[in-house]
This record gives sequence, C-alpha cells and structure tokens, in this order.
Amino acid sequence: MHSASSPALPAETSRLARSGPAIALDHLDALWLQVTGTVCNLRCAHCFISCAPQNDSLGFLTLETVLGWLDTARRHAVKEYYVTGGEPFMHADLPRMLEAMLRRGPVTVLTNGTLFTERVLTRLAAAEAASAYSLELRVSIDGPNPETNDPIRGEGTFERAMEGIRKLLDHGFLPILTAARVWDPADEEMVRERFFTALRDVGCERPRLKILPSLRIGREAIRTGGYDRHHWVTEEMLEFYDRAQFLCSNSRIVTSRGVHVCPILVEHPDSLMGPTLEGSLRPFELRHRACFTCWHYGAICSNYGDIGRDAT
Amino acid sequence: MRPERIAVFGGIYSNHLALEAALEDARARGAQALYCLGDLGGFGPHPDRVFPLLHEAEVKVVQGNYDHAIGHGLADCRCGYTDPRDNHFARISYEYTLRNTSDRRRAWMRELPPELRISLGGKRVLMCHGSPRRTNEFLWESTTSTDFLDWLTREYEADVILATHTGLHWRRELQGGRAFANVGVLGRPGNDGHTEVGYALLSVSRDRPGVDVEIVSLAYDHERLAREMQDENLPREFVETILTGWWTTCLEVLPAKERRRGRH
Repeated sequence: MHSASSPALPAETSRLARSGPAIALDHLDALWLQVTGTVCNLRCAHCFISCAPQNDSLGFLTLETVLGWLDTARRHAVKEYYVTGGEPFMHADLPRMLEAMLRRGPVTVLTNGTLFTERVLTRLAAAEAASAYSLELRVSIDGPNPETNDPIRGEGTFERAMEGIRKLLDHGFLPILTAARVWDPADEEMVRERFFTALRDVGCERPRLKILPSLRIGREAIRTGGYDRHHWVTEEMLEFYDRAQFLCSNSRIVTSRGVHVCPILVEHPDSLMGPTLEGSLRPFELRHRACFTCWHYGAICSNYGDIGRDAT
Repeated sequence: MRPERIAVFGGIYSNHLALEAALEDARARGAQALYCLGDLGGFGPHPDRVFPLLHEAEVKVVQGNYDHAIGHGLADCRCGYTDPRDNHFARISYEYTLRNTSDRRRAWMRELPPELRISLGGKRVLMCHGSPRRTNEFLWESTTSTDFLDWLTREYEADVILATHTGLHWRRELQGGRAFANVGVLGRPGNDGHTEVGYALLSVSRDRPGVDVEIVSLAYDHERLAREMQDENLPREFVETILTGWWTTCLEVLPAKERRRGRH
C-alpha cells in the first residue's frame, strides 16, 4: 500500500475477480480531472479513495498540465468536463482551470463546499456567465442535519457546507446537493424530504438533490465491512443490459499518475490505463467489486446518471 | 420536385391542437415537406387524435423513445429521468397515454424509423429524436460542447443535424458551415413564460450557401387544450404549464443554465 493513512482493506474487498466482462469505450463523452489528487481538507468516514489532508498518494495537477489535457480532449471531441479531488477548491489555480474549461464545454465540480471565498465565487460566476455552458457545483453533504452528517464527514461540516451552499446561491448558482446513501434505504423518502427542508432553510427555492449509492471500497470498506462474496459483474449480468450505463463506456479520468478508467478505482493499479489519453481508450475488464455498484445503479458519477430507481 | 423549404416538428405530446395549428402555419409559410422527430404521445389529452392529422398531411415521422415504449407496451416511457418526482409525473402520463392509444396506432409506431435523412439544396440533413447515436440522449444547449457536435456531424456524415427530446429549442453553427438544431417541441411551451410552442423551418435559396434554420413561434388554442386536459383528469401541474408557459415538472433533468431561465 502506498500510504500510512490508508488502513488495510478487508481481504474480500481488495481481491479482484480473475476475469470480468470487457467494456469498450464508445466515445470519450466525459473527461474527469482529479486536480487535487487525494488531498482533501476533510477525512470522511465513507471516502472510497481515502482522501485526507496528508494523503498525497495522488498529487495536484498543475495549471499547465490541465491546459495540456484540455488541448488533447478537444481532439477527442469531449462533450463535458468533471473536476474532482480530493477537494478541488484547495487548488490555487482552480479558477483559471475552470475558466479554460468553460471555453471548451460544460463543467461540473465535485466539492465539499467548505472552502468557498467571495473572490473565487465572484470569478466563477463571471466565467459561467461569459460561457455558453453550465458550471455545475455538486456539494457533498451526507445527512440532512449535523447529527447524521457530521459523524460521516467531520465535526461542524454540516454547518460549513450549508454555509457554502448559501454562498453559491448568493452568487447565482443552483448547487446540486450530493449525498451518499449512508442511511437505511427504508428511510429514503423521509431523508429526501429532510434534505429539501434543509436546503429551503438556507434560501434554496429550487433544491436539487443527487443521491449516490455507497461504494464499499477505500475507507468505506472499513465502515461497512465491504462487499459480499457474490458481488461481481459477470457476462450473464450484461445480457439485456445497456452497457452505456457504465462510466467506463464513455469516460476517463486524469490524475497525477496518468489516465485511469474511472474516478472510483483510481487507487487500484489496474485502473491506470497509461500516460496518454490516446493510450487509455482500450476496453476495461470489470474485475472490481465496486463495478457491481456501477452495474446496479448505472452511471452513478455523472450528474444525470440513472440512479434512484431503487434503494437496495 | 426538390424541396427548398421544409418544416420540422419536435415532440407533439398529444397536443393535437398545436399540431393542427402548426400544419396550417407551415403550409402558409411555404413548407413543401413536413417532418416530425417523434414523441407523439405523453403529457396531453386524447393521444389518438394526432394520428389522422399526421397521416392526412403526409408528415414523415421519426420514432421517439415514447413511441417505441408505447408501441411495444413497455413498463415506462424510457424518458431518462432520474428524479423520483420526475418519474412520478412521467408515470401518470405514460399510463394514461398507453391506455388511450389504439392497437392500430401502436403497431404503426413500432415501425417508425429511428432517423430520416434528406438532401436539402445539396446539404445532408439528418433528423433524429435525441441524438444520432441514442434516441434518449439529452442534448441541452449548456451541456453539449461544440467539439462534440462537430464530431457528430463528421461521424454521422451530415451537414445539418436536427433533434428534439429535451423540449427546448436551440441551435449552434459548426465548423465548415454545418449546424445542429434542436427544433423544440409542439407539445408544451419552452419554459419561458410564454404559452406559444415552436417548430423549425429549414430553407435553402440560390442566393445563399448553407441551410437557414428558423425557429417559428406558434400560438394555438392553449386554453382549449387546458380544458381538455382537465376533463381527462391529467395532473393540474401539466395544465399549469400549458397556461403559464413555465415547466412545473421534469425539472430535475435540466442543467443549471436551463433551470435558472425557468420559474420553478
């Protein structure tokens, strides 16, 4: 393992299947950029890539590197861009990166919402206004109140993230609150309503909510006990299944190590497809247990992925 | 005769009154051929009323996801919504439409083509429902890069690509005089506070290169449609959209920019 900050995973979770169905890339619709690596100002109990303030196993991307990837992405006719970390707002050059991306296409930033400054938000609002494209901000909060959120994301994070949402609203953004399903699925309806109430309480008249299934790898494997023995994707499971539901059929992610197959698996050596985008477009074999979650819910990482069909 | 002017309608959503008005309007504007990009049912009342109008006017129709679903009697409309509230309303209109569409019309919808290609003034026009590669792909103005649209025209060998599906019209000029246009829909207004709906007129002339795409705003008897919807017990949220021009449902699928332009 690369880092002392990543505890050992349960054996059942870290083991790969000997083989799995191969998913071909149809077209590179989405390019993800992990601009701050695994470095995050928070240390959430359910983080599937064990991000933390000291976890630099995946590092920052420089502005020059990002601009280089944007040039390459253009040649591949990328439809949209996603920015993640770690926490992207820890990067001093984030505004310049987003300005450059918004000249090329729509951008979504995944953030914990705790590091917004007036200066940066003013600049981003201007960049979006000058662009034909949407700048989406997805703010992660995992419970509709401090009692449910803070044990997962850290003391005081509910109030700080809700304050972040308030700032986004002040600058004209319509943030998407993104929550991992860390509650009992039987409570889904109630939790949903409470999220809407919490958002309305900070003045959000058009609450947008995206619920993600929990990914039982990384630190989340410790919290949940990981996947069960039977959680693999097999060829039989893909019969009558729309393979476009897999993120690896239409996306790749750039980290400080190179190009990986998807944002979920960046810590796993076999996810690294190579140093270049051109070299990363070959099919990927679904050998990870987390691929089971992607199969079950479909395109979970995209803004409009087909989630929420059921809450098992 | 090679047409020099055509009219292209987006989703009709059972809005037979808007379709009737559009047919008359397009003829008056000199359209020589008429096309529809699919999604004939859903949302509005009396789904069977659109078919005689389409047949009589010889409108050529592309199969939308709704037509595929109703035609095959699928469990849902395959609209691609992800939010439970969107799906709640989608289910109400889907079940109503399925119940009120005759078997004969459903059989006809099953046979509709996924795309139509024509030549207009020597330009290759590709008509599809969502995108050339996927019937239920949402191509929103604010989430579709120009790089991607340029690629679509190359990959699918077209000078002009026309789609509908999202419900909002927009267009973009592309490399080499090519273009993409979402023709909007006849079924419901474009979330802009106006009760008019829209369709596209495509024209070529000897004086100018390229294809001119004009989005026509169309008034119709929307108050009568609202009454018919009420009489059929369709959701009052749908009726409100017809009467106000603002979307009240299926909003969660809108990207930020499109969402902010609306009221809800």
